Amino acid sequence: MQQRSPNGGGGLQSPRSPSSQPPFLSVSVSDPAKMGNGVQAYISYKVTTKTNFPEYQGPEKIVIRRYTDFVWLCDRLFEKYKGIFIPPLPEKNTVEKFRFSAEFIEMRRQALDTFVNRIASHHELQQSEDLRTFLQADEQTMERARSQDTGIFKKKPSDLMQIFRDVQSKVTDVVLGKEKPVEESNPEYEKLKRYIFELEDHLAEAQKHAYRLVKRHRELGQSLGDFGKAVKLLGACEGDALGTAFSELGAKSEMLSVKLQREAHHLLMNFEEPLKDYVRAVESIKGTIAERANAFRQQSELAEMIKLKEIDLNKLRLLRSEKMLDAEHEYEELKADGEEATKRFETIVRLMNEEIVRFQDQKTRDMGQAFHEFAKGQARLANAIADAWRSLIPKLDSLSVS
Amino acid sequence: MMGFENQGFEEAQLYASREEMESLVLDDDGDNINGDNDPSSRSNGGANGDGSQHHHPLSPSLPFAEISTTDDDDPLLSSSSRHQNPNSFNSLLEPPSYADAVFRSFDGDRGKQINGHGVSSTSSPSSSSDYLKISVTDPQKEQDLNNSLVPGGNTFVTYLITTWTNLPEFNGTEFTVRRRFKDVVTLSDRLADSYRGYFIPLRPDKSVVESQVMQKQEFVEQRRMALEKYLRKLAAHPVIRRSEELRAFLHVQGKLPLMKTTDVASRMLDGAVKLPKQLFGESVVSAAVDPNDVSQPAKGGRDLLRIFKELRQSVTNDWGSTKPPVVEEDKEFLEKKNKLQDFEQELSNVSQQAESLVKAQQDIGETLGQLGLAFVKLTKFESEEAMFNSQKVRAADMKNVATSAVKASRLYRELNAQTVRHLDKLHEYLGVMLTVNNAYADRSNALLTVQTLLSELSNLNFRIEKLEAAASKIFGGDRSRVRKIEELKETMRVTDEAKNRAVREYERIKENNKNELERLDKERHDDFFGMLKGFVANQAGYAEKMASVWETVANETSGYAKGS
Repeated sequence: MQQRSPNGGGGLQSPRSPSSQPPFLSVSVSDPAKMGNGVQAYISYKVTTKTNFPEYQGPEKIVIRRYTDFVWLCDRLFEKYKGIFIPPLPEKNTVEKFRFSAEFIEMRRQALDTFVNRIASHHELQQSEDLRTFLQADEQTMERARSQDTGIFKKKPSDLMQIFRDVQSKVTDVVLGKEKPVEESNPEYEKLKRYIFELEDHLAEAQKHAYRLVKRHRELGQSLGDFGKAVKLLGACEGDALGTAFSELGAKSEMLSVKLQREAHHLLMNFEEPLKDYVRAVESIKGTIAERANAFRQQSELAEMIKLKEIDLNKLRLLRSEKMLDAEHEYEELKADGEEATKRFETIVRLMNEEIVRFQDQKTRDMGQAFHEFAKGQARLANAIADAWRSLIPKLDSLSVS
Repeated sequence: MMGFENQGFEEAQLYASREEMESLVLDDDGDNINGDNDPSSRSNGGANGDGSQHHHPLSPSLPFAEISTTDDDDPLLSSSSRHQNPNSFNSLLEPPSYADAVFRSFDGDRGKQINGHGVSSTSSPSSSSDYLKISVTDPQKEQDLNNSLVPGGNTFVTYLITTWTNLPEFNGTEFTVRRRFKDVVTLSDRLADSYRGYFIPLRPDKSVVESQVMQKQEFVEQRRMALEKYLRKLAAHPVIRRSEELRAFLHVQGKLPLMKTTDVASRMLDGAVKLPKQLFGESVVSAAVDPNDVSQPAKGGRDLLRIFKELRQSVTNDWGSTKPPVVEEDKEFLEKKNKLQDFEQELSNVSQQAESLVKAQQDIGETLGQLGLAFVKLTKFESEEAMFNSQKVRAADMKNVATSAVKASRLYRELNAQTVRHLDKLHEYLGVMLTVNNAYADRSNALLTVQTLLSELSNLNFRIEKLEAAASKIFGGDRSRVRKIEELKETMRVTDEAKNRAVREYERIKENNKNELERLDKERHDDFFGMLKGFVANQAGYAEKMASVWETVANETSGYAKGS
């Protein structure tokens, strides 16, 4: 149960906080509990918020949330904070069988905890009203908010996927020079987009092997355990010194088998999960890239429309038509829309530039930690194995001459 | 189950991304990771299918040293190189540590192992100065001139058998002879006849199907290795190595001077002709059983009648209400037999689990290697595309992990090769158990022969008594009956002689069994302890190496530790 945010907890700057104490907002997701039965069953989590932000109630607040609540929050943030890389959520589970395995629940809890904490420590996202709702509202309000979320604000994962695909194909097209650019022609940005897409492939492969490695540890543990059992039986058959030797070997094997299983779990939680998280983060960035493309398209389309309207307007001015006043009105509106579209687009560009720096820093830290845990775990396992076998050698020596 | 060569395990050394891994140059300064496929550095052969050996004790240009588990072509070369191999780890890792020293001492013991596993076989500790080394090489195709129905048709393969020895019964210290597989079959059959009760190593399979299905070269190579292994096992057996049959096989030039396995068909015909005479054996003075034959097991053809009788006897033994005349009374033997049966079962189980263990070790090594490679690619990508310093830092961290993962992967591969070598003893002893079962069968057969003869004797006795009783009632005697009685008494005399021989043979086999069991116990004790020590030392040593690899990385990334 993680209490601290992985980014080092408090000490976050909130420009609106008037209190003398440094402002902080720290969240933890804990105590998963199975609710309901059968097909309707789901897991609920305890979300504890500790803060001194003025907009929040009290020093501490506890609410109960389920996975779909987290999804709601993610969607809202994605909608409202275009340009910012929204922290990724763990996947919606599709395999029934694993639904409530203890390991799966723990992995999900850890991922959700990381998710919320990243939001809480992001200087813009932490201001979000939706975040406040999520962290404080009672269950009924939460449920109402969730079910009300239809229409323009709700982006289903499938929509997102379609956007990803569009962006992906558009990038390829532009790269291959197939399509005429309704896209930005910003070489640096192009480079970034290519980077993101290639990065995803590399990461996915690394994560795949990391997951396999976890499995291999389990398999090795299993075979070593079975081997130990069989050796013990052989020892019982043999009897005498040799029998004892076999029994000792068997016992050690079984002991190491347990250690291997434990290391497999450690590897899963502390190495494979961070890698998976990295992959998810890159996917989230792809969403932001899609948003930026949208904003750019809107801006260009409006610019086109404004140009055409201007031509129209001038024509009408020359003809001194009655329609001219309406046309002027429309023109002014269009110009206002155009300005807004441009502002939106530019905000996204600015935010993305900041975000990418933050992202790279964050990932270096996250990966550094994952590597450290990986190496530590492997070293620990190897030492345990070496110690166990080493300790057996003098015993074998004495048995062989007895 | 004869195919307990190492081949299945050799496959364990081949990986999908093997080429990629081998071409990685792991410099300690860690600056150039070469992901390209460099053929020049790929010179370490895999499962030495071409029979040639690659020994690279400390060649710096190669990323790792192969520890071969195949039988060597040249036994004189093998022992020295095997001592070198444990030392020849990745020269880019630490210099030989204590772990290596322990390795070598275990591997040094291999000379003592008696059931010579591919290495020069030394004799039992009592006479440690004599030797008998054999190698099988140079398969050649030859024409079968006698039996070909088609002119220029039938071909067969001969192998060059080279022997080095200082045993007195051989004239000379080094000599060669050419033999074909049929000769080996003959040798094996003759040994089985002469050495009943002994644990005689099993000869290689005839593999009729395989010889048709496999590639010729592959099959010949497989057979060559199997033959070599078989002959070496014979040479390692303290009694059989002194046998006349083996000597003839190894030494006599030209045609093998041992009686071929009798052609069953012709003997059947033989037997069919003689059968009527034998069935009405009373009318012939020659005994139903030739006394000399009792020292041989009943075979097809000539011995049809004997087989019938012994079969009848064994049925009587199993289903009859009376106890058979001679019973296996040696309780100790029966106990031992049961124990060995249990042992065989458990051994088979362990052997299976050992195979799974080896597979799991191979898999984890492979996956580590693939993970390392994936990170290498990622590192390259990040460094090339770096727009920020944090990426460069990450790339450096990643490279550390990547190279360590690849190192660990190679360590696993080496570990596994050694593990296979040690645990192979288990498979070997499964084979030995088969020879034990054969020896027990010899004993049962001999006992059955004795029992059969005893039944015969009591039968004859009964008939004589009946006739005598009948004849005594007739005044002056019944000439035909008297004659009959004389004949029966003669038959009984011969049969009695045969019985005595059979009993002697049975006792002899019992004695052989006992001696062999003692020898087996002792050898098993030594071999298994050797195996256990080797296995354990191996695991410990490699685990220590891996620990140090990972500890380095853990230290270098300690700045990222949680809470720091």
